[in-house]
Order: sequence, then C-alpha cells, then structure tokens
Amino acid sequence: MTARPPVVAPETAEDRLSVASNWRLVWWRFRKHHLALLSALVLLALYGVVLFPDFVSTQDPEATDARLAFIPVQRLHLFDGARLGPWVPAVAGKRNPTTLRMEWGVDGSRKTPVRFFVTGYPYRLLGIVPAHLHLLGTAAPDGRERLYLLGTDRLGRDQWSRLVHGTRTSMTIGLIAVTFSVVLGVMLGGISGYFGGVADVVIQRLIELLQSLPTIPIWLALTAALPRDWSPQQVFFAITVILSLVGWTTLGREVRGRFLALREEDFVLAAELAGASRRRIIVRHMVPTFLSHIIATSTLAIPAMIISETSLSFLGLGIRPPAISWGVLLQEAQNIQTVALAPWLLIPGLVVILSVLAFNLVGDGLRDAADPYSQ
Amino acid sequence: MTRYVLKRLALLPVLLFLFSVTVFAIVQAPPGDFLTTYVATLASSGSSISAEQIEALRREYGLDQPIWVQYIRWMQNLLTGNLGLSLEYQRPNAELIGERLVLTVVLALFAFAITWIVAIPAGIYSAMHPRSALDYLLTILNYIGVATPNFMLALVLMWGAFAYFGLSVTGLFSPDYVEAPWSAARVVDLLKHVWLPAVVLGVAGTARLTRVLRANLLDELNKPYVTTARAKGLPEWRLVLRYPARLALNPLVSTIGWYLPLLFSGSLIVATVMNLPNIGPLLLRALINQDMYLAGSILLIYCFLTILGTLISDILLAWLDPRIRLDEG
Amino acid sequence: MTPPVLEVKDLRVHFLLDEGVVRAVDGVSFDVHPGHVVGIVGESGCGKTVTMKAVLQIVEPPGRVVGGQILFRKDSAPPVDLTRLSPRGAAMRAIRGAEIALIPQEPMAAFSPVHTVGDQIIEALRLHERQWRPTGPRLSRHEAREMTVDLFRSVGISMPDQRVDAYSWQLSGGLRQRAMIAMALSCKPRLLIADEPTTAIDVTTQAQILNLLRDLQRRHGTAIVFITHDLGVIAQMARYVVVMYLGRVMEQGSVADIFHAPKHPYTRALLKSIPGLHVTPRTLLPTIAGSIPHPLGRPRGCPFHPRCPDAIPGVCTERVPALRPVGPEQLASCFLYHQEEAAER
Repeated sequence: MTARPPVVAPETAEDRLSVASNWRLVWWRFRKHHLALLSALVLLALYGVVLFPDFVSTQDPEATDARLAFIPVQRLHLFDGARLGPWVPAVAGKRNPTTLRMEWGVDGSRKTPVRFFVTGYPYRLLGIVPAHLHLLGTAAPDGRERLYLLGTDRLGRDQWSRLVHGTRTSMTIGLIAVTFSVVLGVMLGGISGYFGGVADVVIQRLIELLQSLPTIPIWLALTAALPRDWSPQQVFFAITVILSLVGWTTLGREVRGRFLALREEDFVLAAELAGASRRRIIVRHMVPTFLSHIIATSTLAIPAMIISETSLSFLGLGIRPPAISWGVLLQEAQNIQTVALAPWLLIPGLVVILSVLAFNLVGDGLRDAADPYSQ
Repeated sequence: MTRYVLKRLALLPVLLFLFSVTVFAIVQAPPGDFLTTYVATLASSGSSISAEQIEALRREYGLDQPIWVQYIRWMQNLLTGNLGLSLEYQRPNAELIGERLVLTVVLALFAFAITWIVAIPAGIYSAMHPRSALDYLLTILNYIGVATPNFMLALVLMWGAFAYFGLSVTGLFSPDYVEAPWSAARVVDLLKHVWLPAVVLGVAGTARLTRVLRANLLDELNKPYVTTARAKGLPEWRLVLRYPARLALNPLVSTIGWYLPLLFSGSLIVATVMNLPNIGPLLLRALINQDMYLAGSILLIYCFLTILGTLISDILLAWLDPRIRLDEG
Repeated sequence: MTPPVLEVKDLRVHFLLDEGVVRAVDGVSFDVHPGHVVGIVGESGCGKTVTMKAVLQIVEPPGRVVGGQILFRKDSAPPVDLTRLSPRGAAMRAIRGAEIALIPQEPMAAFSPVHTVGDQIIEALRLHERQWRPTGPRLSRHEAREMTVDLFRSVGISMPDQRVDAYSWQLSGGLRQRAMIAMALSCKPRLLIADEPTTAIDVTTQAQILNLLRDLQRRHGTAIVFITHDLGVIAQMARYVVVMYLGRVMEQGSVADIFHAPKHPYTRALLKSIPGLHVTPRTLLPTIAGSIPHPLGRPRGCPFHPRCPDAIPGVCTERVPALRPVGPEQLASCFLYHQEEAAER
C-alpha cells in the first residue's frame, strides 16, 4: 500500500507558479502591466464617485440661478503665500454701471479658501442615510463664498457636481448593459453551441439578423419610441435594455464557437466517462476555460456602451433631463457660440475619453493576462 | 464561390422583408402618431386646429386604418418605387432623400478610404519597428482615437476653427453651391469640404485598424514562411509587403463587413453636429415627429446599406484567401 | 585539398534580452568542403540553428553576431567574410538564396499559404536571375514555369505541371518537403543548409527525402550542412560531424571517428543513449544525467561539466576548454585530452 506523498510547501518561485490557481496567475500577470494597473485604479476611483456622488459634489446639481450663468472655471491654487492652503478666486457680484444689473463673475483679488469635509447641502448617503458631509467646500456655501470647480452652465448650475452625478449614470449604464449582454450572450450562445440542433439554427439566424441591423439608426428609433412621460428611472432601464439587445450577439457567437469546439475535447469526454452530470461538465469543466476571456471581452465592450449612451443622450434621445449623464451635459455644448463663450462645457467629453481609455487599457491588460499562450 | 455569392443574394429580399416588418413596428411603437405631434407643435406656437380638420387629415393620410393595412400600403408603394409622402414636409420622400443619400454614401466612402490609406502604412511601420519612438507615438494616438466619440472630436474641431480662426466648418458645400445643380465645380467644392467630416468620422476606425494590423503583423512576422522568404534573398520591404502583410490584412478584410455599415449609420451623429446634408439628421427629425413613411424608408435604406457592406466584405474575403475560395469548391 | 566553401571561425552570436545576455553561439568553428555533407548534431537549444542563421545573416533581433568570421568562398575568388556584410544589403542578399540556400524546418508553415508553390519558386528564380544566368534575355513567364516544372520533376514530384499551381496546404508533407528542396536548389547554390528536414515527416518519407538529397548532392556537387538531433540520420548522410552543446562545439570529426571512436564525454553519452537492437532486455535505458541549464544560467567553465561523469574538479569547473586536435581529423574541447592545458595555471 503506497503511502500518500508528503505535502511540500512551495519554496522556490517555480514551485509557487506550479501550484497557483488560474486566478492567481492571471492577477500576477496583470500586475506586470503597469499601465493597465494604473487604469484599474482610475476606474476604481470613478466607481467610488459612482457610489458616493453627493459626497464628492459641492453644490446641488439641480440648483439653478440664472444670475450665476457661465461662471468660468475657478482655478484651484494649492499654496496661499508660503503655506499649504488651497483657495480659489472668489465669485463676486458687480453692478454693471450701464444696465444697473448685478453681474457675477470671478474676482481675482479676493480669495475663497477651500475646506475639506465641510457641511453642505443635505442628501441621502446611498439613498438611505441622511447626511450633510461633503468632500470639498467653502466655509459659507450658501452665502458669499462659492466653489465652482468647473464653472457653471447657462442656467448657473455647478458643472463639477453635475459631472459627478453624470458619471454615476453613465458608468452604471455601461456596466449594467454589458452585464445583460454577457448573460444573454453566454446563455444563448451556450445553448446554441452545446445542444446544437434546432435551437442552434434558430439562435444562429437570430444572431445574423440582429447583426445585420444598422445599430445607431435602430437605437435611435427604439429610444424615440420611448414615451415622453416615463420617469428618468424607467428611461434609464429602457436604455440599458436597448443597448444590450444588440450587443449580446458578438459574445453569443464567440461563446457558441467555444462550446462547439469544447464539445469535441478529450477532457470533456473524460468527464462524461467519469459520470459527471451535464451541468457539472458545463459549469466546472467547460466554462472556466473561457471565463477569463469573457471577462476581458466584456471589459472591452463597456467603452462602446458608454460612447453609445453618450451619443444618444447628446442627440436628445437617450437619458433625458432632468436626469444627468455625460451625454446630457454635452448637449449644452451643441451650440458652437455657446462653446466659444464657455469652453469648460466640453470638460465632460474629456472625462468620457478618460474613462473609455481606462476601460480599454484594463481590458487589454486582462486579455493578455488571461491568455495562457501569450508571453 | 459563385454558389456562395448567389446564396447570399437570394437571402437579400427575405432579410429586407423581415427588416421592413421590424422597422415598421418600431416606427409605429410610440403612442400617438404624426398628427398628435403636429397638433402639439401647433398648440405650442399658439395656433390650433379643429377636431374635424384633424379627422379629415387623419383619413387623408390613412392614419385611421389599422396598422397592418398601413403596412401593406407602405410595402405596395415601396415595391413600385414610391417611397411615400413626408407628412411634415409635404413632399415625396424620394425627393427629400435623393441627394442626401448620395452624399451619405460619398461621406462614408471617403471616411473608409482615409481610414485604410492612413492605417495600413501606420500599422506596417509600427509592426516593423516595434517599440521605436514613432511606434509609441502612434500607439498613444491610437488609444486616444479609439476612446474619443466622434461627435466630441467634431465639437472640438468646430470650436477650435470658430474660436481661433473665425471659421464655420459646417455643411458640405459653400453657400453658393448648396442648392445649385451638379457640375464639375460643385464636385470640387464638395471635395474641399468633405475631408474634415470624413476624418472625424474615420478617426476611431483608423485607430482600431492600425492597432489590429500591428498586432496581426507582429504575429505573422514570427512565422516560418517569413524566414524562408528572407533566406531566399528578398529585400526586406518587398518581403514584408508580399507575404506577412498580405496575410495580416486578410482578417482585416472581414472587418469591412461591419465597418462600412458602421460608417453609414455612424455618419448620422457627425452629420447632426456638423449640419451636413445627410439622411441621418433627416431620420432624426422624422423619428421625433413620427413622420412614419419617411422614417421607415430611411431605416430600410440603412438596413440595405448594412447588408450590402457585409456582402461586399464576404466576397472580398473569399476572393483574397484561396483557402476559403477553394474549400467551398 | 580544395579550399573549403565555408569556414566558420570562432563565431559568437548573442541575444540581448531584458533579463540578460544569452550566449546562443559561443565560439563555434568548423569547415565545409565542396561536395561534402557536414552534420551538426546536438540537443534542442544548443545553438545549431542559430549558427546557420548567422551564416545566412538572418538572425532575428535581439540576436546579433558579436564576434568571429564566416568566410564564404565562391569558386576561386577570394573568400568573403559574411559577418562584414550588411545583412539587408544587396551583397548579402545576392548570396542568400543563390549561393547559400536554406531548407527550413517545418515545411508545413514554410510556404506562404496564399501563393502557389510555383509562384514562390519563380520568385526565387527571377530574383537571382542574373547570377545563375549572367547574360542572355530575361526570363519569360513561360520559361520560368517550365524551369519550375523541371525542378519539380528532378526532386521526384509526380504530376509536376499540375503541382506547380497548387497551394502548399494542398500538398502532402513529403511533397511539400520536396517542393521546398526544389526551391532551395532552384538557383544552383554552392551550399545547402538543411535545418531538420526530416523531423516533421514520417519515417518512410524521411528515407525517400534523404535518398533524394544524397542523389542531388552527388549530381550537382553541392555542399550540404545537415542540422539535426537524430544521430541515425547523421550516420546515414554525413561525412563530417560537429557535435554542439550550449553554443559550443564539443567534438568534431569524420563520421567514422565520431561514431566508432568518440572522445568527448558528451558524444559518448549521446551515443550510449541510442537504444540498440542488442541490449539486454529489461534494463534501464541510459540517459545523460541532469538537464540542460537555463540559457541565462550557464555554468562556469566547461558548459558540460555539471552533467559530465569525468569532470575534473577545479579544472573543468573553472576554465573553458578550447577545441584541440585529438586525432588526424578529429577535434574535441575537453581537458581530459589536453593535459598540458589542464596543468596550466
């Protein structure tokens, strides 16, 4: 009777490599891509904002004040003289000598100190807990000391706070839409690939049909079909569904292909011969081989969703005001004369580019890390 | 291969039929119809219309018929080449669409040409000199290009031109030529204006194509047949272009299948921003106003262009790669 | 004795990687005489392919030839040092393919899949036309095709005029290899480098290919450098054998010397590990102890000493033996045979 070989703790790096689980290996390889790691941190920060938008905002994003329209970006200075003390040029009102109206603008001679963790407008943390605390602010936000980190728009609304709230909507839509797509794609692709037969033919035709549709016009038509009186939440949900309805096809095709190929593999045959149930074979044997690839592909699909939602909302047919998304914010920049007057209205576009860039870099890093055959 | 092409062509009417039903359903989906929006617009501008007039208009446009009757009427008209009447403009749709369709296709083709003319040399250079300074620069540009939504690029360029040069870069023609009949001079004018929207439209695609070509070519350059060719004594440039580049380009040809349709439909957003005479903005208005025959016709045209793009790419791929061509046999 | 067509003298090829420098070829010397077959044998990774890539100057970056000479002699002209020629320059490219030709590994992947095999051979003919046909009219399309058909026939490809228009993936392994040989011989090279030409095909086809090569060599008088790890093939084909390990030559000599009177412990161990017909059944097959070291972890001194049963401690672990004569035609790099050297301090 042979004794069980003693378990040896992995000592050398080579040993550790050979006993590491697949996820560990992926993480180790991902870590080496410095750019991807940095982008992942950026994304984490953005999603942190998604969770606590009001905390990061300085003003109520809906608060309008026509007098405060088009206030430019208040440049943040870190040092007050020699001391470390962040401040911005104050917003002050001046009476126009000709029209006798109060005009508000940036007064470079006066300083408004910027404080951290101040009391500001009330909100509900995570929608439940009432709170007043904000990350940034001034000593007297309702009074004479105002902070407009990214300026205001034509209705005097603080762009920084609106951007923060817009980030929440846009980043969430992308994530949820891709999740729906993945679920649909894996399910339908899996059925099609694993069971074959009639189901396969039907699903294949469906995929071909959907892929032959011109995406943007169809999206436009579908979003135009949404009733005007739906609540922002309903619109949000509908947009997510619409975006994922066409997006699942590519993943579905890939999953189908994988299942078709895997069905013939020897290790699947071995599992069947060992008596494993069909569900067990699919879940424990087949899916793990391409799970990391799916994750990488999904991460790379999110940017397309974000850009689509932004474009649709920009045209007025996606997320509608008073809901805020990056596209809604950019709608303010549609008019070139307005943009020439207030170029800071284009800043949400930079955030779009940044987030898409981050997603692409992370997705590329994940894809390279998950591919067992790449270097 | 002819059998393959014929099979695809035979499927075309079936697909279009299915699409027409889908399209019609989507266009009719919003509650109310053209007249509801029309009345609302009238009301907001201060005028009104009596109930009898509304009913009369409804009967005249056939909006009181059940949906399937409206659909059949639409299909009958389509099959005889009649695209219907625009309810808003009160003109035949064919007239409204006409020139805009040509310009849409021209814009898309220009963007397509620019994409490939830029991406191929850039991709080949990057793969042959990986990690060089120019390669890094191109990679950065590529990443940013893919991440920038094209309407954003359009906005920035338009703003830049306006704020710093006082230029207005909208439209596809100078004011003199907008309504003028076609002539050689008009074509030249078009060429002078179309390149900027084409660049904006094609930026993302160019960036993506360069990256993919670079990756594919890097893979191919390591393959044994490259060593053989080099061992034969071929000069490096000729070697790269004739062998690995050719093979690296093959999978890219299949991307034409969805890239060309994407250019057709993507021009919608750029056209709206830059105020181009494109069928896109026309569709937008038609959808908002529920001008259903116009919207339906344009959507169907988009569908047709999409299928055409896919077909072209499949034919090209079969022609370029003997492995596909001869296997079908 | 006619001067050698190829003289490799102390060739060094290094790969500059991020992790360090890999000395893939570290001082290799041998000669190839016209009409002879020289076999280079060794385990995977010993540097035999890199050596011959260096001869053709197609070593891929980050690899570079960092030392030594490769003298190529064409007819009675003075020898040319190939390491001095620019790898992409016209002079080297004129030699590549026309004077020195390569039969690469993996015939499967060595032809382009989107061009016919005929086209690829015609390309070689056209490229070096002025070398194998210095005067006369330019090659016409028809003539090129006829020549290719003849080439195919001479390497034993049946139905050559049909096969010329075939794609490589339409041909069987043996036919592909023959087509590859045809391409290599098309411009009548003086030296043929065959890189593991029989590794990827079955034994029967292997025998045919070897016969073909021997036959062609006799007919045209081409010198062949035969790279392989298969000692049986070497015994059949080669007249002179070079045994390499970790980028250095361990032993070289005539095939009789190497097989019947091997001197170097590595050569001995290699020959012992060939299973024979007359061994005692149910005994362990002899193997060489240890495994090939990581390219970045070269042992100090003689590269083979960690696995050598006869290593002299203090000598083999410290200094690298030079290649010195151990017989009339035989050379070995081993301190066992060079006592004076071993005694040197």
